[in-house]
Amino acid sequence: MDFVQLSENFLQALVAGLLTGAVYGLMCVGLSLIFGVMRVINFAQGDFMMLGMYAALYIFANLTGVAAPYLAALLAGPVVFVVGVVVHRLLIARVTGLRSTALDSEGHHAQLMLTLGIALILQNGGLALFGSSPVSIPTPLASSAWELGPMAGDRLSVFVNQGQTIAAAIALVTVGVVVLLLARSRLGKSLRAAADNPVAAIYMGIDVERAHRLAFGLGVAITAVGGGLLASVYPFQPYIGLEYVIVMYAGVVLGGLGSVAGAFLGGLGIGIVQQLSTLVLPNQLQNTAIFVVFLAVILLRPQGLFGRAVRRT
Amino acid sequence: MSAAPASHAPTVLPILGFGLVYALLTAFVDNSYHLLILTVVPVWAVMGLAWNLFSGYGGLVSFGHAAFFGLGAYFVALAQTAWGLSPWIGIPCAGAIGAVAGLVIGLPTFRLRGHYFALAMLAYPLALLYVFEWLGYQELALPMMREQAAAFMQFEDHRVHVLLALAMMVAAMLLTNVLERARYGVSLTAMKQDEAAAEAAGIDTRAWKLRAIVLSAAIAGAAGGFYAVVLLVVTPPAVFGMLVSSQALIVAMFGGVGTVWGPVLGAVVLVPLSELLHARLGDVFPGIQGVVYGVAIIAVILIAPEGVVWRWRDWRRRRQTIDLPSVGEAVLRPTVTRSASIRVPRTTTETVLEVRGLSKAFGGLRALQDVTLSVASGEILGVIGPNGAGKTTFFNALNGFLRPDAGSVIFEGRDVTGWSPHRLCAAGVGRTFQVVRPFRRMSVLENALAGAFVRHPKMEAARSAAYAALDRVGLAHLASTPAGGLSNRELRLLELARALAGGPRILLLDETLAGLAAGDVDDILDVVRSLAADGTTIVIIEHTMPAMVRLVDRFVVLDHGAVLVEGTPDEITTHPAVVDAYLGTKWRASRAGD
Repeated sequence: MDFVQLSENFLQALVAGLLTGAVYGLMCVGLSLIFGVMRVINFAQGDFMMLGMYAALYIFANLTGVAAPYLAALLAGPVVFVVGVVVHRLLIARVTGLRSTALDSEGHHAQLMLTLGIALILQNGGLALFGSSPVSIPTPLASSAWELGPMAGDRLSVFVNQGQTIAAAIALVTVGVVVLLLARSRLGKSLRAAADNPVAAIYMGIDVERAHRLAFGLGVAITAVGGGLLASVYPFQPYIGLEYVIVMYAGVVLGGLGSVAGAFLGGLGIGIVQQLSTLVLPNQLQNTAIFVVFLAVILLRPQGLFGRAVRRT
Repeated sequence: MSAAPASHAPTVLPILGFGLVYALLTAFVDNSYHLLILTVVPVWAVMGLAWNLFSGYGGLVSFGHAAFFGLGAYFVALAQTAWGLSPWIGIPCAGAIGAVAGLVIGLPTFRLRGHYFALAMLAYPLALLYVFEWLGYQELALPMMREQAAAFMQFEDHRVHVLLALAMMVAAMLLTNVLERARYGVSLTAMKQDEAAAEAAGIDTRAWKLRAIVLSAAIAGAAGGFYAVVLLVVTPPAVFGMLVSSQALIVAMFGGVGTVWGPVLGAVVLVPLSELLHARLGDVFPGIQGVVYGVAIIAVILIAPEGVVWRWRDWRRRRQTIDLPSVGEAVLRPTVTRSASIRVPRTTTETVLEVRGLSKAFGGLRALQDVTLSVASGEILGVIGPNGAGKTTFFNALNGFLRPDAGSVIFEGRDVTGWSPHRLCAAGVGRTFQVVRPFRRMSVLENALAGAFVRHPKMEAARSAAYAALDRVGLAHLASTPAGGLSNRELRLLELARALAGGPRILLLDETLAGLAAGDVDDILDVVRSLAADGTTIVIIEHTMPAMVRLVDRFVVLDHGAVLVEGTPDEITTHPAVVDAYLGTKWRASRAGD
């Protein structure tokens, strides 16, 4: 393989990495929002993403037009938001919030195990509801691409998948909206206050319980939109959440636990690592490459690449 | 966990009895599906017991025991396929492989805490899952050995499998039963409640975590190997999947962590439930097993987070306390003889501890600046100074919690700068804490025991050292009381006893008198004096000046992290700089009349 061929492969993988990475970044933002505000590690995040994929699938079935897959992905957000708020109210609120900040490790263990239980129910309940055969949201755009080039005297061109590009653009815009929402809106301010110091937030008249509920709902909804966007690119089944929960945690840890912008960059980085790994590793080991990056990051630099050593949010 | 009885018989017999009853019931079952359930119940009980030996006692939650289970299962299957190795040899080897995996995973992962540890443990089995799929072992069937069925554990009568599984389970229960009463259980339980206090009490927390994960992983590996033989087919999701790690954790949590019976009870209830529901409803509800475990873990967390066994023990204990009239404490409280209230100044000058140029900064705050002092053998040295003067930081640098930026600590002629707390404790540096840090869920005796092992590795010797230490501080009559129920005075004495049980040469007492009533102060002062009289060197931080003046031989005054002045009580209380920096003008006024 000559140099031009090598660089074509590299550029192709890099573009694919950037496009998938943007969607991963969106998913990571959802997870990071939950951790940032509630200090809860949500093992079930991947399974809420799976719910988002199926929600998008069923909404898509009732829509027509070229934009249908993307509209369906966006509409999956509110559906999963409602599910998230209900799950929080019924289950998660009982082991989180102010009551658990007093409990050190044991409170956190209760939260971890509770979300593990929710993950098991969603995965296996999904199997009964949706069946085990892989499905996907078909779009003609997924198989059409723009050609960049030819460059280097006609020998090098890079193909940019149209469907993935649109998905990445929607992800980017959604992240922008979330960042603005957190920075500017009253809701965003109350979320940040609840994250920074829940006790002080209560004294300032902020309903921390409600802030947590909204953060959880928003967090799973954002990840669900990411899932909906992926659904038009890759086939999925009810157990898909497990693969992506590690992808998401890898991204969030890479970006620094709890930082929203860092989470997006971390997800982007994981997308690039995953796609570049295909240049040297067989396809089945893509996820193993992510695990290796994930373990390396938490062992060597647990505050993340973009995080500071000590930070509250 | 309660104080260990002299004989193990009362706890061993129920385990053997349970195994016997289970085996007898098996004799009446010949439906092969029911026999399979009867086989996997003990397998998951063993997995729960393995998880419990590490996470249940030690408190570091593992979401990744599937890594050990899966490696064991694949080893047995591959060794039989490739080399014709019998599972009779393969399963013990699978245990050894699990142990090695535990060591390899534990060494780097124990640097992580809390969330990060849990996430890392989740990643290991999932990474292995993809590796084994890539290696092409999507479905590995064990070759049938009709000629030598028994030599390859492929018995015609599946009841033999039940008995083998049962034997593993009973062995794991007996092992847990022994370990929970031994140094293993006491050290891990102490670590789970307060890792820093455990280190200061001489427990090498890192070494115990490694021992625990190696042991736990070995059992999980052997269980995985046996599981492969029972199912005859190994697939990556079945042995490395999320449900494997979850099941180990859930059966233990359901029954009760940190107990012998908890994981077994969890497996006996949950495994048949999920299997039978799967058999009934599997075709309409394919994921029902996972849903059962999900619901079980949520129910346990919300309704009885401590598990069934602990619930039952609490209920039984409450009934017993109602039945038994409590013995008046005053009757049992031994009288501590009061020694003279003014100490005879010591004359020996042999140096025990020498601190040279010790400095420590936190960012821009210089908490310790070039502290130099020496402590003579048998001396009582008082360290005083305003809040934030660096007194506790000084202790933390002496007992190894902090590594100083510069300077050295020489203890009995050895340079011990930068040693870990448990190593310093073993060398003879004992300490107590400003805010008491007892192991609240353990009995008074077990608290002292946790501190005794550093000097007496043998249980009997440790037990007598612990009793002696409790007797010395006057808490022997409370030996079996949970530490969580003690008064502040008793907690202070308990911390003292825990430090004493390790036979310290020097004791660092951090505001041991804080928050005590006048009468209680005298109790503690008497103990401290009698310790010094027996040759233990004491360094004490305290704000209560009238008590300190009566107690100490010499004062060191710290201010802004530096030694302001040192001298005898008389010199210090009249020193103008000390009065300005610390004692205040009221003190001057009140002393003017003396």
